Amino acid sequence: MVKVRGVSKQYGGKKVVDNVSLEIAKGKITSFIGPNGAGKSTLMSMISRLIAKDEGEVLIEDREIGQWKSGELAKKISILKQSNHINIRLTVRDLVNFGRFPYSQGRLNKEDEAYVDEAIRYMHLETMQNKFLDELSGGQKQRAFIAMVIAQNTEYVLLDEPLNNLDMNHSVQIMKVLRRLVDELGKTVVLVIHDINFASCYSDYIVALKDGKVVKEGTTDEIIEPSVLREVYDMEIPVQEIGGNKICVYFA
Amino acid sequence: MSNKTKLWILAGIAVLLAVVFMTIEAGGHWDYILPRRGRKLIAILLTGTAIAFSTVVFQTITNNRILTPSIIGLDSLYMLLQTVIVFLIGGTALTMMSKNLRFVLAVGLMVVFAMLLYRMLFRREGRNIYHLLLIGLIFGTFFSSVTSFLQKLIDPNEFLVIQDKMFASFNNVNSDLLWLSLVGVMLVALYFARFTKYLDVLALGRDHAVNLGISYEYVVKRMLIVVAVLISISTALVGPITFLGLLVANVSYQFLNTYRHKTLILGASLVSFIALTGGQLIIERVFTFSTSLSVIINFIGGVYFIYLLLKENKSW
Repeated sequence: MVKVRGVSKQYGGKKVVDNVSLEIAKGKITSFIGPNGAGKSTLMSMISRLIAKDEGEVLIEDREIGQWKSGELAKKISILKQSNHINIRLTVRDLVNFGRFPYSQGRLNKEDEAYVDEAIRYMHLETMQNKFLDELSGGQKQRAFIAMVIAQNTEYVLLDEPLNNLDMNHSVQIMKVLRRLVDELGKTVVLVIHDINFASCYSDYIVALKDGKVVKEGTTDEIIEPSVLREVYDMEIPVQEIGGNKICVYFA
Repeated sequence: MSNKTKLWILAGIAVLLAVVFMTIEAGGHWDYILPRRGRKLIAILLTGTAIAFSTVVFQTITNNRILTPSIIGLDSLYMLLQTVIVFLIGGTALTMMSKNLRFVLAVGLMVVFAMLLYRMLFRREGRNIYHLLLIGLIFGTFFSSVTSFLQKLIDPNEFLVIQDKMFASFNNVNSDLLWLSLVGVMLVALYFARFTKYLDVLALGRDHAVNLGISYEYVVKRMLIVVAVLISISTALVGPITFLGLLVANVSYQFLNTYRHKTLILGASLVSFIALTGGQLIIERVFTFSTSLSVIINFIGGVYFIYLLLKENKSW
């Protein structure tokens, strides 16, 4: 269980995340939604210790993240940020191998190799596993990074805008993979996501943030409601049910 | 060609050049020539290794391929510290103090400064390498200006003490420090061994490294200390060679095409040794000492630096 209690972060006197408390349910997909500058990514970075929090605490399995050994935490929780510029030349397989670092410290054994193979298969990267990352398209690269996180095999997987720059087909593929991670392997996935329709179709819980505060959290059904969305995005967002999914029609 | 083969080829060239360097135009005066050239060769080996090693480490922890410890002014800082020590202690106390002690003192101060550098460069979020480059260049210039200002103030007799250090070069190796430096480089390499695997991960960038369980602050601080000690050693032995690190690190990234630091550092050290020994041979035999090795290295390295800047500018 991940518990966030009264977490805040300021940049230059401005509170980007302001006294946020929430709990993330195990074995579910939870999405953070909200307008630009709502503090979604910052909150996620604090939960995963990428940036230090100014106040509050983040408990993972009832232990404060500061109390965890970084190496142990890396077997429990993983995070992938949205921009992944790497200035060394790696093949897809090299990159996925890095996912095993918390377990193998760089010396992969048979078991590690098996996890790497599995992750590569999961993301359909078998045919391009020996290609260099800079030869791949944006979508393929994104899949390679997600494969690294899958190889890391952590209970909690945090992804900051995993659909950034992807076309519809790749977006759907990735969301389906995340759904499988949860349903088949029992992982807990937390997403920062901009497209509320993806959030609506694939997540179990949604946390809506605005100006660094949680506006409302609840099941997908409770959040994808015109009244809630109006409060979050300051605009009218009609919601229609299409094929059993709630779809927001906000384009016109 | 595998990386192992490439490393063996580099090692072969290095040994060959070393033999040529030791034996060329010896004219039979072995007992005179061998110790003299031997000292020079050891200095080249130590400096080459120290610069290549520290540059690769520094570039990995800062995640860039343009900045080097020399370019951000660490070697100018070492000079400044030496000058400050002479300036403050001065006079008779100085003559009592051995060169080794002064060297150790300066290295200690460099380590303290490395920690300050950590605070400045790594604690702040959202840093950018052009910003670092700018700060570094300003500091470098600032350090050298303060150094020369202090030297003007120093008593001429005391100035003699640092003069040989200031103008150390491959033709005038600071051989008193040779053995201490040798021990220093070996200790650093030994200490470094257990960090190699962390560096491989750090090359992915801070966020990935933290995600994969590296104690970022712990590792980066220690690596900066390693860099500070190595730069002190190389600067003490032969003076600053600003662009050598940039040159050899990038050549070995290109040539070896791996992310493994064990291979990269070994490769860069060999390239460095080859460049210095080969360069020194050319200086001695072709130019007959009319110019110095650092001038040539800095010329080639400087051109390469501008090339890298222009190239990076395009891709960003």
